[in-house]
Amino acid sequence: MTTVACPECDANIPLAADAEVGEIIVCPECGVDLEITGLDPAAVALAPMEQEDWGE
Amino acid sequence: MVGRPRIGVLYSRVRVEEKWIFAAMERMGVDYERLDDRRVFFDLDRPEPWRKYDAILERSLSYVNGLYALRVLNAWGIRTVNTAAVAEVCGDKLATSTALAQAGVPQPRAVAAFSMESALEAIQSLGYPVVLKPVVGSWGRLLAKINDRDAAEAILEHKLTLGSYQHSIFYIQEFIEKPGRDIRAFVIGKRVVTAIYRKSNHWITNTARGAEGELCPVSPELEDLCLRAAHAVGGGLLAIDIIEHPQRGYLVNEINHTMEFHTTQPISGIDLGGLIAAHVLAVARGKT
Repeated sequence: MTTVACPECDANIPLAADAEVGEIIVCPECGVDLEITGLDPAAVALAPMEQEDWGE
Repeated sequence: MVGRPRIGVLYSRVRVEEKWIFAAMERMGVDYERLDDRRVFFDLDRPEPWRKYDAILERSLSYVNGLYALRVLNAWGIRTVNTAAVAEVCGDKLATSTALAQAGVPQPRAVAAFSMESALEAIQSLGYPVVLKPVVGSWGRLLAKINDRDAAEAILEHKLTLGSYQHSIFYIQEFIEKPGRDIRAFVIGKRVVTAIYRKSNHWITNTARGAEGELCPVSPELEDLCLRAAHAVGGGLLAIDIIEHPQRGYLVNEINHTMEFHTTQPISGIDLGGLIAAHVLAVARGKT
């Protein structure tokens, strides 16, 4: 299983088999939102903060 | 266009909705490309890189980014789902209310004002409580239920100091005592494909705020209202939010043009991702 390190708390986070670049995951240890920025090699970055005009 | 249409999907994040749309496109053998809205640009003198797409599905998280992209694309003659004109109306609550009023579609009473004094007068004319909403915004963000004049004065003053000019455009709705739920219906083209109740004990019934979904039967009356509402804002791929007024019946509250459906798809069993992909293909082929 592919894992990545949380940039906030350094937790080891497993990535789901169907993970995709651009997907948001939550660090199970510190709760921060992370964006998957790469799969080969796996990489994550802190997700951008919600903006006022975000939505549906 | 010769042969298979080529589709672009402009997106910000791969939410579960995008996963379902991409999966449907792959299943259907659609020739599509993922376009991260943080990585693209529009050279107004060079539309060629974009002209390779027969249609673009806009799924940006940011309303303004999506709107400006659609404006440029439509100006170049590129088909989009939805169109810039539809996004312009649906992304702005005052524009939506204006369009619904013009078409005679029932909706909650709404007033707009541009100063503290006129907003207080407008609220008085509606009667407390009222709901103050940002004209642009989603997911139940920054909504305020105002029960009395003291609260109105405080909130209006706060909004006047928030910085963005849009917070000084006061959009005020009558507060409706709804039955612990509202309705979200999905319109694709000329069809209402499904609807759910969004149930919550809180007066804000967005699923983004914890409301739970339950299947809502689409009666002929509900269907007729949804189609009229969709037509009023220009039609396309829309999610219509409806309040059940105890006396006045169905009232159209809001219309969403880049809708989420993570609650609706599993509850309804309707493959919304697939229907969206099919709709975009139909638009690409000029069949809508």
